Amino acid sequence: MPVLKRDDTQIWRRRTTRESLTHWFGWLLGVAVFAYCWQIISASTTWFFVWDAPRIANDIWTRATPPRWEYITQLGRPIWDTLNIATLGTIIALFLAVPVAFLAARNTTPSPLFIRPIALLIIVSTRSINSLIWALLLIAIIGPGVFAGVIAIAIRSIGFCAKLLYEAIEEIDHSQVEAITATGGSRWQVMAYGIVPQILPAFAGIAVFRWDINIRESTVLGLVGAGGIGLQLSASLNVLAWPQVSLILIVILVAVVISEWVSAKVRGAII
Amino acid sequence: MLQLRKLTKTYKTGDQALKAIDLDVPKGQVLALIGPSGAGKSTMIRCINRLVEPTSGEALLDGVDLAKLGASALRKARREMGMIFQEYALVERLTVMENVLSGRLGYVGFWRSFLRRYPQSDVDEAFRLLDRVGLLHMADKRADELSGGQRQRVGICRALIQNPKLLLVDEPTASLDPKTSRQIMRLITELCRERDLAAIINIHDVALAQMFVPRVVGLRFGEIVYDGLPTGLTPDKLTEIYGEEDWEATIEKVDGEDEIEAAE
Amino acid sequence: MSAVALEDMVGRRWRKPAFVKNPVLRWTLILGFIAYLIAAFMTIEVDWGRVYDGLDRGWAFVLAFTSPDFTSRWSDIWSGLLESIVMTVAASVVGILISIPIGLGAARNVAPLPVYVICRGIVAISRALQEIIVAILLVAIFGFGPLAGFLTLSFATIGFLSKLLAEDIEAMDKVQAEAIRASGARWTQWINYGVQPQVMPRLVGLSIYRIDINFRESAILGLVGAGGIGATLNTAFDRYEYDTAAAILLLIIGIVMALEYLSGIIRARVQ
Repeated sequence: MPVLKRDDTQIWRRRTTRESLTHWFGWLLGVAVFAYCWQIISASTTWFFVWDAPRIANDIWTRATPPRWEYITQLGRPIWDTLNIATLGTIIALFLAVPVAFLAARNTTPSPLFIRPIALLIIVSTRSINSLIWALLLIAIIGPGVFAGVIAIAIRSIGFCAKLLYEAIEEIDHSQVEAITATGGSRWQVMAYGIVPQILPAFAGIAVFRWDINIRESTVLGLVGAGGIGLQLSASLNVLAWPQVSLILIVILVAVVISEWVSAKVRGAII
Repeated sequence: MLQLRKLTKTYKTGDQALKAIDLDVPKGQVLALIGPSGAGKSTMIRCINRLVEPTSGEALLDGVDLAKLGASALRKARREMGMIFQEYALVERLTVMENVLSGRLGYVGFWRSFLRRYPQSDVDEAFRLLDRVGLLHMADKRADELSGGQRQRVGICRALIQNPKLLLVDEPTASLDPKTSRQIMRLITELCRERDLAAIINIHDVALAQMFVPRVVGLRFGEIVYDGLPTGLTPDKLTEIYGEEDWEATIEKVDGEDEIEAAE
Repeated sequence: MSAVALEDMVGRRWRKPAFVKNPVLRWTLILGFIAYLIAAFMTIEVDWGRVYDGLDRGWAFVLAFTSPDFTSRWSDIWSGLLESIVMTVAASVVGILISIPIGLGAARNVAPLPVYVICRGIVAISRALQEIIVAILLVAIFGFGPLAGFLTLSFATIGFLSKLLAEDIEAMDKVQAEAIRASGARWTQWINYGVQPQVMPRLVGLSIYRIDINFRESAILGLVGAGGIGATLNTAFDRYEYDTAAAILLLIIGIVMALEYLSGIIRARVQ
């Protein structure tokens, strides 16, 4: 906290001159970067459309209301598919995430030099790429359909679940593991008695949390052809059937709210 | 029965926690290991069952050198040594019964232990031990529902169901209030007498050690500086172990407490 | 003390008490789950022949990662990537700036009830709507291009950041804030001295985390025409140019990793 002397009076200031200069320079740089970004966005925008936007929005709104309620009869199967994509994808991901997490956690990895980096690489690469991109990739490989959606959700979730799980494993109470080791238990017994009970609540929480996210993600996988209600959304958008679009959006919103409610309930029951 | 020969432990940081310890513990003898924090008490008992790997020297249990055993022989040897921990180290999310039965892990196969299908003899023994420590009615409670003293009793059951020859006890009372501490120490020493068990008890409370244990070993900077009767712990000896302090008060307190004990 | 007698217990078999105490409920849950799994598996139509054919293509894709092609479509990749980054930066700046007042408004211990209700409403709407769905609507309204992507990401940032910020403010230490209020500070001063120092480190951490998420999301917005690298990636998949796709994915993974590393450093410094 610098105190300057000027005209025989002491002035308190929060920063030294040098500090405040770098501070201002930092802000200036930030503003400049933002201005540059905005200029690029602006350059590739057709501003005529933007000025026209309120009218278009109003137009879409009048076409989309009221929703075509009778269309709901055709949404049963897509909703069921969406649920399956999320649930089966989550289950598969959990089966694969558990070994990856044990290999990635510092205190359980068999080899911190070779195996841990590989496990971390799996976690980072599956996590960085959105499930829609995984779906695109899988559709190119195994063709469109629900199956591609399940696998896409599963792959995307591995990294997410494994990351949270390995952090939980690293935080366990080591003395409990020591106690089981001291009884003469084998490596697997130490795992089953010393480690698993400690991470089980975290595991259950992660599973439900991810399932909730996956319900959201699986609603839009159909946009790229990976099954579920997104297919209907995509088809309705292509023919500009706005009343159907609005109904589908309502269904998706309801599904998201329900899944969030279920996941909150289950997590409350576990913890 | 247990013989330590030049047992040495040097940590990677260069700290020499144990400097060539020589110690004999005959069958059925309970001894207390005292000394200031960092004297190597905890390291010493962990070097015996190899939760910490000793750097050199021998630890002979009935003539077998524990320090040289391979993984599977080590597991068999660990069954012979029950361990009791400072913070109880119960698996908190398992029930009391599962915690006690986990002492049999060295004897049963993985799937049996995984499915909780222990032999009936083990289950009976677990019930008997829980009854002995007065916790039979808690068998199906989860371990984290128990109080400190109750948890330590479960920890004792877990060590005893191993049917060990030797108990390694690491600061059993450090997290307990004075009354519970005494009850636990009394329970441990009584059980050792009943079962003719040897025990090494790490303890920082000198008065408590003097009260229950026939032999005291003092450790300082990884070396044994006292080995003898609890009554031989004079202020001079305590100064040698712990450093300069007014020890009269501690020793007087012991006398005072003995009277209270007698009055109870 | 207890009525449990040793003689009754010895010789009796012991079973671990079940997690769900009521046996009827337990078996209903177990059987219901198994029945669901069977039904789910039955309704997934997998064209195994197609999957088998796809294995070759899958393998080709894996191989493409060993020889990613950055050069032949570099100008497309570069412009897409630049657009993604620009969208991320601009949307993060705007989103963070807007979410601070909304976060304050959504904290019950700072804001009056009417403001609280409005802000919570905004947060709920923003969180319930998927980024990709918002992007579709905004593209329909504002036309193709990065402006729609920028608006989408800003909107999503508001929901995410305001909610967590509000929760943080609600969980803050009351005493510190009271001490400032007791000194006679006005509302703005109170926020500046009593609240801001407490929530600032977490706000910085969360903002950086959100930048990370925004970048990942910006990679898929191109699929619906909202600008960014997604369009380039989609084209690459459509043309079966796996080596270009691999190059793009590697770039995304690399940038996400760099961002995560950076956010780790910054979070460690502010806390």
